[in-house]
Amino acid sequence: MSASVERDAQGRRRARWTPWLLLAPGFLWLFWFFYLPLSALLRMSLSTKPSRFAVPEFSWAWSNYEQAFSDYGSQFTRSFTYALAATSIALLIAYPVAYVIAFRGGRYRNVLLGLVVVPFFTNFLIRTLAWKTILGDQGAVVSLLRTVGLLDANEALLRTPIAVIGGLTYNFLPFMVLPIYVSLEKIDPKLLDAARDLYSNTWRGFRKVVLPLSLPGVFAGSLLVFIPAAGDFVNAYYLGNAKTTMIGNVVQDQFLVQNNYPVAAALSFVFIAIVMVIVAVYSRLLGTEDLT
Amino acid sequence: MTGAMSTRSRRRDRSRDGTVMSPGGRAGRRVVNLAAAAGLLYLFLPIFVIVAFSFNAPVGRFNAVWNRFTFDNWLNPFADEALVDALLLSLRVAAISTIVATVLGTFLAIALVRYRFRGGEGINFLLVLPLTAPEIVLGASLLTLFLSPTLWLFNISFALGFTTIVIAHIMFLVSYVALTVRARLRGFDWTLEDAAMDLGATPTRTFWKVTLPLITPGIIAAALLSFALSIDDFIITYFVSGPSTTTFPVRIFGQSRTATPPQINVLSTMILIVSVAILAVGTLAGERRRRRTGL
Repeated sequence: MSASVERDAQGRRRARWTPWLLLAPGFLWLFWFFYLPLSALLRMSLSTKPSRFAVPEFSWAWSNYEQAFSDYGSQFTRSFTYALAATSIALLIAYPVAYVIAFRGGRYRNVLLGLVVVPFFTNFLIRTLAWKTILGDQGAVVSLLRTVGLLDANEALLRTPIAVIGGLTYNFLPFMVLPIYVSLEKIDPKLLDAARDLYSNTWRGFRKVVLPLSLPGVFAGSLLVFIPAAGDFVNAYYLGNAKTTMIGNVVQDQFLVQNNYPVAAALSFVFIAIVMVIVAVYSRLLGTEDLT
Repeated sequence: MTGAMSTRSRRRDRSRDGTVMSPGGRAGRRVVNLAAAAGLLYLFLPIFVIVAFSFNAPVGRFNAVWNRFTFDNWLNPFADEALVDALLLSLRVAAISTIVATVLGTFLAIALVRYRFRGGEGINFLLVLPLTAPEIVLGASLLTLFLSPTLWLFNISFALGFTTIVIAHIMFLVSYVALTVRARLRGFDWTLEDAAMDLGATPTRTFWKVTLPLITPGIIAAALLSFALSIDDFIITYFVSGPSTTTFPVRIFGQSRTATPPQINVLSTMILIVSVAILAVGTLAGERRRRRTGL
């Protein structure tokens, strides 16, 4: 009897510490390699580095931020415009795909869902290079568009915003399909029957029942496309030209080529700040604040 | 019991593909189906190109314009030694980071689902934040940390290379694993643990004999996702890899300016085939388990 009481007490003591012991290793890693680096980046964004090989010195150098805004305003605007376009197009393409898989997939639902993911087992860079081939000046798409007169003989698709936005849309499309599918799949079929009985018009039933219930998926999917698309530099690098550079290209160039760490760090922080504001406004608009 | 269950699920399935409303009636239904088919085709278009060009005999150094069909590339898939080395390095990085991230992430998930404690919301936020940060920022901030050893706790410094790549990969994988495993754990029946302990099992034994086997499918799913994400990662890796350590994506990026050997396409197609096989086996195993357990 007393032994079991003792064991209970011991067990309770252990139970109190267990969650923290389970959390510790993962969070130590995140603190050391995510939160600490972010603070290092913040510090760097306020440092000065007079020459390429100088060691950066912390000096409350707000001028880095001024430079980030004044020199790279157009790249910021472009990044968010392209990302917005890619997100909208991805939504238009992904919604019917997710809808058909969720409601008409039947027993093939898992197979169809697999088909959405399979293309992304090839590397991101190789897929983008494949688009470069598809949209290339000697490719089928360009010659088709030239034949039907949508493109002049001296016009191309590569090195245009269309190609960059197309690449961004493609590369992040599954991140739109999967969350929408998940939210559609959760809808109770009985609800759909009820809607069919109550609304004579099927379009109205869709608008009043299915669409509102799928909004959490649309919300999650839009963020999962928008954020990586706005920060990407690979699509603009392969499919665009000097007039389509995005903020990712600038950060990459400043950091890894020019070694101008302070300005690159300031650019990164301005970028995160804008992304956070957009996410906050967007979640307020859609009325969903649950990110997970 | 099983009979009742299967009729119910069959009825549910029928109501799903039969009576579901379709915007705009029959014609609208056809339009939506067509749009979905077009969407899937769009997803596969570059894949067709990648596979087709693995059979191309390129003119010059770039495998970008179709010339003529050949089996040569498939007969010498490992001809580009640097590319093969890069792929092997990617596999090694993915293996190590997946193991570490899966252990750390699973611990986090168990703690978050199993226990209620103060600050749970805040902890959740700290866990999700790394997933919402753009990759370029993750890469830039990690590189900043690696470049300034004085900021390191304990003043350890690593040269850019294998170690820093693995550190970075574990960092971005931990949150993915934690959230994936947590989603699977939500439906877990924790009273099974109580039952085992009531029958006299120690907490340790309960974990190994009851909890772990039941949550294993979720952990395997998370590990496979991690492995795929690690192998595919370019942007973060590009920042922290340094000049002499080259993973598969970094090699392709560096090479794409000077040459794109068709072996890139051959190796990608191989990776694709292996991944599809793993996915198929996993789906089949999942279906069989579902049928057996009647869930």
